[in-house]
Amino acid sequence: MKFSPELDKKLNDLLTRYPEGRQRGALIPMLMFAQDEVGAITKELINEVARRCGVTPLQVDEVVGYYSMMHKKPLGKHHVQVCTNISCLLVGGEELYEHACKKLGIGHKEVTQDGQFSLEEVECMGACSWAPAIQIGYDFHHNVTPERFDQLIDALKKVQ
Amino acid sequence: MLYNEPSPLEVRVLTRRFGLPNSAHIDTYLGTDGYKAFAKALDMTQEQIIEEVKASGLRGRGGAGFPTGMKWGFVPRQSPKPKYIVVNADESEPGTCKDRLLIENDPHQLIEGVLIAALAVGATRGWIYIRGEYRYLIDIMDKALAEAYARGYLGQNILGRGFHFDLYTHTGAGAYECGEESALLESLEGKRGVPRIRPPFPAVSGAFQSPTILNNVETFCAVPPILLDGAAKFAAYGTPKNGGTRLFCLSGHVNKPGVYELPMGFNLLRMINEVGGGMRGGKKLKAVIPGGSSCPVLKAEECDLPMDFDSLMKAKSMLGSGGVVVMDETTDMVKAALRIMKFYAHESCGWCIPCREGTTWLKKLLSRLDEGRGTRADIDLVGDLSKNMLGRTFCPLGDAAAMPTISFVEKFRDEFEAKVARYAAAAGSAEPRLISLAQ
Repeated sequence: MKFSPELDKKLNDLLTRYPEGRQRGALIPMLMFAQDEVGAITKELINEVARRCGVTPLQVDEVVGYYSMMHKKPLGKHHVQVCTNISCLLVGGEELYEHACKKLGIGHKEVTQDGQFSLEEVECMGACSWAPAIQIGYDFHHNVTPERFDQLIDALKKVQ
Repeated sequence: MLYNEPSPLEVRVLTRRFGLPNSAHIDTYLGTDGYKAFAKALDMTQEQIIEEVKASGLRGRGGAGFPTGMKWGFVPRQSPKPKYIVVNADESEPGTCKDRLLIENDPHQLIEGVLIAALAVGATRGWIYIRGEYRYLIDIMDKALAEAYARGYLGQNILGRGFHFDLYTHTGAGAYECGEESALLESLEGKRGVPRIRPPFPAVSGAFQSPTILNNVETFCAVPPILLDGAAKFAAYGTPKNGGTRLFCLSGHVNKPGVYELPMGFNLLRMINEVGGGMRGGKKLKAVIPGGSSCPVLKAEECDLPMDFDSLMKAKSMLGSGGVVVMDETTDMVKAALRIMKFYAHESCGWCIPCREGTTWLKKLLSRLDEGRGTRADIDLVGDLSKNMLGRTFCPLGDAAAMPTISFVEKFRDEFEAKVARYAAAAGSAEPRLISLAQ
């Protein structure tokens, strides 16, 4: 499987971080960084990571099934994650999530037809004191009102 | 970057560099006593370092509150195996958002804390396990690590003193369970985050089956100030047996939610009123979850108490991870209990049955009660089922789900009953009925 030279270097570097003979330690970081470039955890990617870490594809696959940030199907170009856990719930997180569904026209773990946006109702993301919070990709947005949400989405639409 | 205004009541020990220009850069750190505690530690014996940490009264900031110095003392330093340091930056306890700030604003303080721990047990390698959602912190941390390597604070023959230590970041991938120490170690080894049976504890058999010090970010960050200013000074910020300050994450119905560094033992009502600016909209306080969603909820009348590990334990709750979730009189407690249980049901790793099945059934029962389709028997069943989970799981996730639920039902039973009664009145019968389960 072919990666960009930067990612290839990164993956090789990851293997050096774990004790001799314990290179499986690099498995989860490898999957996470590669997923960002490939767009999803494909069968080819599983085989490639298995080869690099010296484990079987099945051992990689059982790890992929466990972690909520690993996706076998591609997400939207902008993955919108709305937290509705307790701190966000108290200050409008649930209403914000419902608003997000309407604004994007999709539900939990769905992707818009043009592939631009995907939506996920997520668990606590660590922004409780600045709730309600969302993440778009890896970017945090704090104290998000429905109006602010629309602005963020509209700005991303314009860039396309 | 700071996301809320600081409070004048704060005692800034761990957060002393927050707000300085370029606070994450090594030059800022070195210009403000950075790496001086480590230099001091280089001239101390391992016993002296551990004794100093013990004397500071520092207790684990991840949630359990175990005395840090004692934990370090459990590492068999004579073992022929390599020793490792692991930083738990898998901050995922609902209500908690402090480790994020410590890494974002002062990553070198964390590196220095880890270096001192490494000296104390003769460790050669360490990993900072950062939750996957905090990708930007991995970038910040990697940059700080590169700076530390470039200046000779990491790598071979550190500061020419013959001490070798390598430190790396390691990303998680979305799993609350990996904040539990043994599940984190499994995840670090490239596996599913399923907890290990203990003993052996990580001090004896941790990362890659070697003796390991595993602490929360905030715990490591407290170590440089302890060595620099002395254990006595750090201990004196807090109360007896609860040394130092703590980063409290105020959230919910207060006027000024935010992360604030306050002395251990700070009064909870004062925290809400004076630090948090009082209740939003002048509403009445109903309840507080004092230390993240795993902690039993306190009723308003129970909140006049000092925020330290022992006082909270006496109040039959926990100081936990410092996530203080404030709820006003309008809060629907059945809905709050349900949302918390949905979280645990989602995050249960499924390894042991009381947790996997217990959280799932509790979610179903609480859903039914919240939707007004529950019965009085359901309320009792929620309480009984939760109590039957306690102490019967491999890791504390089962307890973390059960404890708050028991407290919600016991302390706010009237709200659960009101929802049942409302439906019964509408249906014209108070008799329990058999009804199909939601989902």
